[in-house]
Amino acid sequence: MTDLLKLSGVHTHIGRYHILQGIDLAVPQGQVTMLLGRNGAGKTTTLRTIMGLWQASSGEITLGGMRIESLATPDIARLGVGYVPESMAVFSDLTVKENLILAARDAAMDDTQLEWIFGFFPALRRFWLSRAGSLSGGQKQMLSIARAIIEPRKLLLIDEPTKGLAPAIVMALIECLKEIKRKGATILLVEQNFFAARELGDSVLVMDNGTIVHRGEMADLAADVPLQERLLGLSLEAHQ
Amino acid sequence: MTELAASDPLPKPKRDFAPVLLPIALALVMIPLVGSPSTWLTLTAASLAMGMMIFIMASGLTLVFGLMDVLNFGHGAFIAVGAYVATLVFAPFAASVQADSLWVNLAVLAPAALLSMAVSGALGLVVERVLILPVYGQHLKQILMTTGGLIVAEQTLYALWGPQIIPMPLPSSLRGSFIFGDVAIAKYRVLATLIGLAVFVAIQLVLNRTKLGLLIRAGVENREMVEALGYRIRRLFLGVFMTGSALAGLGGVMWALYREQVHASMSDELTVLIFVVVIIGGLGSIGGCFIGAILVAMIANYGGFLVPKLALVSNILLMVAILMWRPRGLYAVTSR
Repeated sequence: MTDLLKLSGVHTHIGRYHILQGIDLAVPQGQVTMLLGRNGAGKTTTLRTIMGLWQASSGEITLGGMRIESLATPDIARLGVGYVPESMAVFSDLTVKENLILAARDAAMDDTQLEWIFGFFPALRRFWLSRAGSLSGGQKQMLSIARAIIEPRKLLLIDEPTKGLAPAIVMALIECLKEIKRKGATILLVEQNFFAARELGDSVLVMDNGTIVHRGEMADLAADVPLQERLLGLSLEAHQ
Repeated sequence: MTELAASDPLPKPKRDFAPVLLPIALALVMIPLVGSPSTWLTLTAASLAMGMMIFIMASGLTLVFGLMDVLNFGHGAFIAVGAYVATLVFAPFAASVQADSLWVNLAVLAPAALLSMAVSGALGLVVERVLILPVYGQHLKQILMTTGGLIVAEQTLYALWGPQIIPMPLPSSLRGSFIFGDVAIAKYRVLATLIGLAVFVAIQLVLNRTKLGLLIRAGVENREMVEALGYRIRRLFLGVFMTGSALAGLGGVMWALYREQVHASMSDELTVLIFVVVIIGGLGSIGGCFIGAILVAMIANYGGFLVPKLALVSNILLMVAILMWRPRGLYAVTSR
């Protein structure tokens, strides 16, 4: 399978801190690649470095064969990379509609795509003209994901979408992400919720101290409790 | 805290009218304190006019603060430059300025204001590229750079025009007052109020009815996410900075006509007022800036009339009171 995204020997410094210490990873086209690891392992920094929000100090990042590590964030976004940050970062002062208008950029919103999104997230239709700041945490996460998929994207970078959400909303999000996956999207997904990771992931990368310490199939990691304990300090049962 | 399910109804968003009611309440409270209704009306009209002029000068600064997170202590330079540029137009057309025809007066005033805005806006372009660009994200350096820029601008004006005060007489048709019974309201104050309202409405329309406005509002809240959606926010920064500078230039012309004089350090008296307005309004909030400007002008006018000795500190006291009530300003837009 072709790799859509590749990182080779990527280092990222934030101030004096050396966060990513030579990351090598590949995200195959049409797959969901899980990026797991303990807090502070460098997962969010990896996504932000790919997105150009933090500049890689060295190394290569390619998207569909094109070098992107020196591009500015807007140019990377315009190459078809959608980003859902951990903080959701919806624009609170704008309505749901206005948030999506901005996400659609130059194009008008595609009604079919919008209806598909409403199918998963009916709350967005109901609160179409409400300020995003008045949405609940779960609804904000739905909006944040909707913003990333309102236009077709080559690659989605999603950072801990289930964090802090109620179980029912987590299930709805998982169903939505599964459907996005079925439509052939390529996703690099950071997740602490192992249940969600097991449900969604095709392959898995585990980070520790700014490096990739494990790569393999998600199903293999899900089946190997001692490996989970060693890499993540958890077992699947503990997170079900 | 309980999490709302996706299907749960939303709590209705609360509309926050308290700041809007504040100047109205203040004006009403002043009626018995001032005593004479005609004096109260005159003071209120003066407050509105002064407030609108301060708003025009401060509106750009609040957007620059909110969107770009830039502490521009040199904003006053655009005000002074705008006023000086207007004198370049007024001087050769002194006869037209003093003509009795409103249209002839406006034929000088309008180009003077437009040229001032253009020059201040262009100066804004230079300042953003040369002084601000290297120090984005570094507040201390921004303060040093922009304060240095202000000093250079003031000294350049002294060098070019000299230290003397340059008179800038009001056009003839804007002199005098409209008389309603015992109440006299200066014509120029009415014009200043109308221009201020027009600027406010125009900014609100752009911010609320256009995609550019959406981008600015989104950028004030989260610049990084706007970039992650594919927008080159630096260009937006530059546009907002230039617009803010141009508005400061317009405010400079209006303030110079209000005072009927121009001098290189004219912005010194205004800078404190403008910063007070931006802070009490809430960084990045045009609505807050508008209400803040009216409040500051009201306090200056009513305070100056009732307790002249308090005039020097009245606006600082106002700021303290507002920030004790709402620590992030009347309308908090950014989390900064």
